[in-house]
Amino acid sequence: MSRILNIEWHQIGVIASKEFWDRIRNRWVLAVAIVFTAFALVIAYFGAAQQGAVGFHSIEVTIASLVSLVIYLIPLIALILGYDAIVGERERGSLDLLLSMPITRFELLFGKFCGLSGALAFSTLAGFGLVGLLLSYQVDTASLFHYAGFMFSAILMGMAFLSMAVAVSVIATDRTMASGIAIALWFFFVLVFDLLLLGALVVTGGEYGGDIFPYLLFLNPADIFRILNIFGLEEVKSLYGLATVFPENLANPWLLGATMVMWIAAPLGFASWRFK
Amino acid sequence: MKNNVIEVSAVAKRFGEIRAVDGVDLAVQQGEIFGLIGHNGAGKSTLFKMMLGLLPASEGEIRIHGQSIQGEAFRQVRRHIGYLPENVVFYDNLTGLETLGFFADLKSVDKSTCPALLEKVGLGHAANRRVRGYSKGMRQRLGFAQALLGKPAILFLDEPTTGLDPEGIREFYQILREMREQGATVILTSHILAEIQERVDRLAIMRMGKIQALGTVQSLREEMDLPLIIQICMQPGMLGELNAALAPLGLGEVVEADGSVLLRCPRETKMAVLSVLVGLDGKVADLHVREPSLEDVFLGYSE
Repeated sequence: MSRILNIEWHQIGVIASKEFWDRIRNRWVLAVAIVFTAFALVIAYFGAAQQGAVGFHSIEVTIASLVSLVIYLIPLIALILGYDAIVGERERGSLDLLLSMPITRFELLFGKFCGLSGALAFSTLAGFGLVGLLLSYQVDTASLFHYAGFMFSAILMGMAFLSMAVAVSVIATDRTMASGIAIALWFFFVLVFDLLLLGALVVTGGEYGGDIFPYLLFLNPADIFRILNIFGLEEVKSLYGLATVFPENLANPWLLGATMVMWIAAPLGFASWRFK
Repeated sequence: MKNNVIEVSAVAKRFGEIRAVDGVDLAVQQGEIFGLIGHNGAGKSTLFKMMLGLLPASEGEIRIHGQSIQGEAFRQVRRHIGYLPENVVFYDNLTGLETLGFFADLKSVDKSTCPALLEKVGLGHAANRRVRGYSKGMRQRLGFAQALLGKPAILFLDEPTTGLDPEGIREFYQILREMREQGATVILTSHILAEIQERVDRLAIMRMGKIQALGTVQSLREEMDLPLIIQICMQPGMLGELNAALAPLGLGEVVEADGSVLLRCPRETKMAVLSVLVGLDGKVADLHVREPSLEDVFLGYSE
């Protein structure tokens, strides 16, 4: 226990900076940033094409469309980014040498998480930020504030999934197993979770569980991200059934944000406990 | 007074039912080059990993410089340890210099020492090339440079000469001797017994998790009491005379193969055999006396 408390930030920094610069050098950050920019541009300018018009309409519709996209994309990217953080080193055979250094396992794990988070955050900010900059000529400050909130919450969601990925990389015995678990996690949180909740509501005719339904959404960082972004947007709130069943008092961004932070901390805590 | 740098007391490691290391006691003294040999699966690497604190011991205690490797002072202990793992693996996307810089950062060693270190292990010309393009021998040299970072007081080298050519092996042991002269302690494993027999001060033979023999190469030879091998080349047609002269010594009849005779001779009979051969002056064309090699000793203990 005392080992965990005996933290040297310098060691965390060394590991984090290596991970971060690796992703810059192999152009991972660039590739993801370009994908984000392209999607954001397309959505901002062609998002309303179904309604028979092109061109930028409103930041609210743009954010709502981006949320729908990002909710699939970022968890996937984060899981792919982190699933082999530890198991990859172990399988390659470089873990023993790293652990023979004057570094604790927690420092190694947290350093990796920080470096990868940095890469994810940097590409998110660069990709969506560029589009935000373009939009800033057409929208007011409040809208930009919303857009910044969207970017910030997207990073937090990414970190939550990255934290899960790092935990997977600790418990998996090889990379194949780790990638399997990572994909299963993505399926569960992004595709299956909401369906299960809705299914349960429909089966019970909404009689049972209706009250705890909103709380159950806290069990999924992707849903927290959705609520954080959709709830504040009056124009699109009604488009999402989800937001209408969600009680106003739970939609406090601080509460949602704190839950997200717990989603980042919990898998990491589990991982450092298991990484012995 | 002997100064023990590494003390291993009654250490055991169990993996389920398997006892990979089974009650090992060992003390390595300051400034010695200590060899650890044994079959694959004898427990060498497990013992190594426990000494480095990479694996917790199931029983017993390991102290480095009098301190537990797992305890509070582990950072302090590890800053003075250099480790070269078996089949060392680095990051392909970094250059040799960047790789060394990364480990220097982790060990809080001044990075400006890295280029000289690469030069020392013969990688100066490849410092700015990516590790991806390094040969096996170059990777091993880089691994050695990494282990030398910060002039460690103790070097743990697991199969350090794998992939090195004869020149590389000679340079490697040259650097080890320099390190020892500066007071460093070296503990290494090797499969190539011929290579280490002249180069280690003491060694331990491990078998099935236990230390089977411990001492200098010479003391182990004597303990095993292995016969010397005397290789004799006789002049043509003189084999009968040799057998007749040797008969009183009771070593049995010898036969010629590939133009020479191999005589297995107990240590205490050596001088008697030699005087018989001197008596055969003119009939003996050539003569070699071979001490049992470390390999013979090792195989003797394995039987």
